[in-house]
Amino acid sequence: MTEPLLKITGLTKAYGALLACDGVDLDIRRGEVHAVIGPNGAGKTTLIGQVAGELRPDSGQVGFAGRDITRLPVPARSILGLARSFQITSVFPRFSALDNVALAVQAHAGSGFGFWADARRETALREPALACLERVGLAGRARVPARTLAHGEQRQLELAMALATGPRLVLLDEPTAGMGREDSARMVDLLAGLKGEIAMLLVEHDMDAVFALADRISVMVGGRVIATGAPDEVRANAQVRRAYLGEDEAAPC
Amino acid sequence: MLLLEQVLNGLQLGVMLFLLAAGLTLVLGIMNLVNLAHGSLYMVGAFIAASAAQWTDSFLLGLLIALPATALVGIAVEIIALRQLYDRDHLDQVLATFGLILFFNEAVAMIWGPRALFIDPPSWLSGAVEILPGAPYPAFRLAILAVGLAVAGFLYWLVARTRLGMLIRAGASNREMVGALGVDIKRLYTLVFGLGAMLAALAGVMAGPIYAVEAGMGEQILIPAFVVVVIGGIGSIRGALVGAILVGTADTLGRAFLPGIFGAIMGPAAASGVGAALASMAIYILMAAVLVWRPRGLFPAHG
Repeated sequence: MTEPLLKITGLTKAYGALLACDGVDLDIRRGEVHAVIGPNGAGKTTLIGQVAGELRPDSGQVGFAGRDITRLPVPARSILGLARSFQITSVFPRFSALDNVALAVQAHAGSGFGFWADARRETALREPALACLERVGLAGRARVPARTLAHGEQRQLELAMALATGPRLVLLDEPTAGMGREDSARMVDLLAGLKGEIAMLLVEHDMDAVFALADRISVMVGGRVIATGAPDEVRANAQVRRAYLGEDEAAPC
Repeated sequence: MLLLEQVLNGLQLGVMLFLLAAGLTLVLGIMNLVNLAHGSLYMVGAFIAASAAQWTDSFLLGLLIALPATALVGIAVEIIALRQLYDRDHLDQVLATFGLILFFNEAVAMIWGPRALFIDPPSWLSGAVEILPGAPYPAFRLAILAVGLAVAGFLYWLVARTRLGMLIRAGASNREMVGALGVDIKRLYTLVFGLGAMLAALAGVMAGPIYAVEAGMGEQILIPAFVVVVIGGIGSIRGALVGAILVGTADTLGRAFLPGIFGAIMGPAAASGVGAALASMAIYILMAAVLVWRPRGLFPAHG
């Protein structure tokens, strides 16, 4: 049994009296798509924030690729191969789509002492950036300023930026949030295309997307993981049905 | 003739303000840090240049020593003091950097003594140039204009075309995202701060031959430099340039002509008071007018 890519043990984070994460244990295997679901306020975003390095846990550990990264700052995690997308679309609105991705490539292009180089002419940045845009289906929009892209396209661009950092694990915080049915389906297709190659920690409210993508699902309620397993197991779990999935099914009819 | 001279004076003041405001706007826009001590770096640059110029007997060598030396002072200040302040609110930053002002003023008085120093301009720039027949203008002030415009051009190239500039612009627009992409923000901050300190020192050195080099010289220019940042839009180099030219000319022309204009309308006694008062308010009136028209400044870098 190989060790997991991401290993979360006993992760705890409190805001005052509120335990947003309460001793969370979670493993993500190499190449696995692992979805975390749960009602609002269950602590999913707090969990992702701690894995990404934006929030410092009160106790517990985050291990990544065999290293303890609990106290590692955000940029260092990115260099190790941990990428994230934000709940709110985060692209650089004035840069072209290509420049957005090139920036991500640049951050990982070695020592970074090519500071004075002309950023636009550099094929070492342009080519990998263009390849990432192609991967998410935005190659035709490379020259367009990011702010004029449609919402769905901006989320695709964000994914391209995450890919450009050469990640082993991508943290996806509601990748289909605010999308229409069509855009949402395209995003799910894109993510499905990356399956097996890049591991993903997926927080998502859209259950169709979750069940289409996830290899395993963990259910969080009140800061705790109450169940982890394959989609069918989770669907069948009585506790989960009661706490979350079954809310409407449980309604008397 | 007088008007042309005053316009040139205004542009020259604008250029000096630009050198300060450029650093200020980058630090405020990217690091979200209100740095009142930016004027202290301007002062430190002027003092180092005054000593170095005296020691080497050359204005240019003084300049060449003062720039990197002040950049190092700035980097040291960033690492020792300012890093602790990035996550604090603006009031804490104002208090702490005000403390730095007191520290630097006292340190300068201890090292260089309480008397004001003067820097001699290089001999080949000490004369006057006839810009129009019968209208001489000090060559050194023209040189300030040329240097300021060259620096503006350099900064434009740096910010618009280089990799470092891409990072600076990205950092001004979304800090968290830049970090998430794997950029070491701390190093970027230190670098940007050193660059800002060097620009402030350049302004300080060029101010040496015109104004006195003395403790407290930084505060006099800091307030108009902040006005420039607000008018131009926080984080924008282009805004800093346009804002600085506007503030420099408005201030200079206001002081030169407003008392006279009011004198013609109201009679000299009342006018000298009103005109002078209005002249010293001119840049704030300008700022208020710009903010009514564009609440985020002329070229906001965020969003």
